[in-house]
Amino acid sequence: MNKTDKQLLLGAEAVAQAALDAGISGVYAYPGTPSTEITEYIQQSPQAKKAGVRSSWSTNEKTAYEAALGMSYAGKRSMVCMKHVGLNVAADAFMNSAITGVHGGLVVVAADDPSMHSSQNEQDSRVYGKFAMIPVMEPSHQQEAYDMVRYAFDLSEEMRLPVLLRIPTRLSHSRSVIRRSETRRQNPLNPVVDSNAWVLLPAIARKNYQRLIDKQPQLIALSDASNFNMERPGEGNKAVMAFGIAYNYVMEVVTTFRLNIPVLKISQYPLPEKKVRQFVERYDHILIAEEGYPVYEELLKGYFGNDKFRGRLDGALPRMGELSPDALAKALGVEAEAPRDIPGIVAGRPPMLCDGCGHRDLFEAINRALEVYPQRHVFGDIGCYTLGALPPYNTLSTCVDMGAAITMAKGAADAGMRPAVAVIGDSTFTHSGITGLLDAVNDGSPVTFIISDNSTTAMTGGQDSAGTGKYIDICKGIGVDEAHIRTIVPLKKNREHNVAVLREEFDYEGVSVVISQRECVQTGVKRKKKKAQLD
Amino acid sequence: MKKNIIIAGVGGQGILTMAAIIDLAAMNLGLHVKQAEVHGMSQRGGAVESHLRISSGEIFSDLIPHGKADIILSLEPMEALRYLSFLSPEGVIVTAKEPYKNIPNYPDETELLKTIENTAAHVLVDAALLARQAGSPKTYNIVMLGAAAPYLDIDPRELEQAITQYFSPKGESIVNMNLNAFRLGLSNNSN
Repeated sequence: MNKTDKQLLLGAEAVAQAALDAGISGVYAYPGTPSTEITEYIQQSPQAKKAGVRSSWSTNEKTAYEAALGMSYAGKRSMVCMKHVGLNVAADAFMNSAITGVHGGLVVVAADDPSMHSSQNEQDSRVYGKFAMIPVMEPSHQQEAYDMVRYAFDLSEEMRLPVLLRIPTRLSHSRSVIRRSETRRQNPLNPVVDSNAWVLLPAIARKNYQRLIDKQPQLIALSDASNFNMERPGEGNKAVMAFGIAYNYVMEVVTTFRLNIPVLKISQYPLPEKKVRQFVERYDHILIAEEGYPVYEELLKGYFGNDKFRGRLDGALPRMGELSPDALAKALGVEAEAPRDIPGIVAGRPPMLCDGCGHRDLFEAINRALEVYPQRHVFGDIGCYTLGALPPYNTLSTCVDMGAAITMAKGAADAGMRPAVAVIGDSTFTHSGITGLLDAVNDGSPVTFIISDNSTTAMTGGQDSAGTGKYIDICKGIGVDEAHIRTIVPLKKNREHNVAVLREEFDYEGVSVVISQRECVQTGVKRKKKKAQLD
Repeated sequence: MKKNIIIAGVGGQGILTMAAIIDLAAMNLGLHVKQAEVHGMSQRGGAVESHLRISSGEIFSDLIPHGKADIILSLEPMEALRYLSFLSPEGVIVTAKEPYKNIPNYPDETELLKTIENTAAHVLVDAALLARQAGSPKTYNIVMLGAAAPYLDIDPRELEQAITQYFSPKGESIVNMNLNAFRLGLSNNSN
């Protein structure tokens, strides 16, 4: 085979390349680990540039999803990518797009993060797919991810439904050799003809929902016919059902220990009813290996339990966290000898804010400013600055979801907390903070909102931030009193001034915004390098 | 042929570049490759590792099972020990000697090196010194790649080819400096 036929790609990049080869006209996304590299790959792809594929970052996952749906309405293929919790933000659009259906192919990529390597929970996006009653694809390896995206676009257009592709961190952030298939042309502009069907007034929505229900037998038949769901024969009365990437861990154990155990691999949902029924009837003991929640284990076990099935619910596999070859070996009773212990001399090395990071000076200023107050709760949010909850700063008390710093601080102020202080990053503020700020303005809530503006979406690697240069205008436009929109530069030499500004605003009985402006050190270095190259 | 390699270091030290070069050499040889990386929150100044698997046969798991790594290739001595549970009984630790101290409770260096020496087959490398000799402290990781080369089961010439391929967009002098670093690491090992 020709070497140029092969490419070494991350799973995320394989998804991106497949979407380009499938003829998408646009990708919409908000950055989030482990999904970010999909969109970045398309942004940097000469193929995408040549084909005019639209790819800049959206303000949040909901705006991304709706734009992708609009492109589908216009007849073109689009992809929307997000991390698992991003699907919560886009959930309203997602659920209802199953009711409207799609026109041009629409593939939704949710990158799940079991073990929470870089997330606040490990929710399983397959549940959303089941909830919306749409097809879900769950690849086990990078090549399959490539092939599935190609298939998913065709499936989406055939069934007139969005298709959810669920990839976990280990697939998204692992490289492998990929073989591409030929490139398909983009769809022409071809808007929906019966646009009435997209007006989800109750009478129309009921009809559409009925149609979605009626499609289910066909979706099950497609799963049964799908090569992505396949059985690997074996002997004995014990068997394994392996879902998505869990198949790799099962096969690692099967090949290492030369087990001759039957394995049913599931990678396309809804469950292939015939394949599952035949498999389940044939064996007495079945291990259910799912990467994520025990969604299908619970379903197969039934409400009152059934000893035939083992998995995460009965402790055969760990209840939480990502699976591993070791966890599967143990569950299949072939555990190797105990691994070596980590010597006690090894100290922890947690992630930390960079040297010269502006968040550091901001947290020092906030801590100093709060010294004179009896209570020092600060509502935090999601980004690099979440590390301000840890030593040496211990500044932040909360981190829940994108934008929650704003609205939780407002609620706490309503309850009587003084001062009520929120810290939010610039990108998080535009993602989900603006509407909360409007609530605070309308209520006149006494809160100090600190926007730590480093002009980038730093934690995911420095993507453009939607509101750069617009924060003062945004706050003014929402109705924050101009006298209480303050700007500080978080540097040591400005410490006294910054502490004074913060205290003035903490003492103000109304809405105030302090914009703390200093460029991210990482993007600063990159910008200077780029400039040096251009000069 | 089958090699399981844990590459370890601290975020920003350049472990992904090392991994990319080994990947490239393996792909050029028509081998199967799987290489799991760490991105995102865990990357920031914290401990990072990559599981790299190359094989002439199909590879299933992206993660190396415990006790199955042939090599721990580390850019930092304490990080070399963090993933010890993955090292096979016959496995080798190839690590730079220079500590990367960004935590207040970094252990005693002499103790650390002694622990490595008493733990497994090992190669300890003065990577910073060799990188300076090669022309830039930035070639630290490529020095370490050279030091690990004899254990990778890949012809060093293939690795040199991959280094050339990887750095060629940055110009000939960068390519040569990195080839130099690779060879210094490699010869350090044979001494």
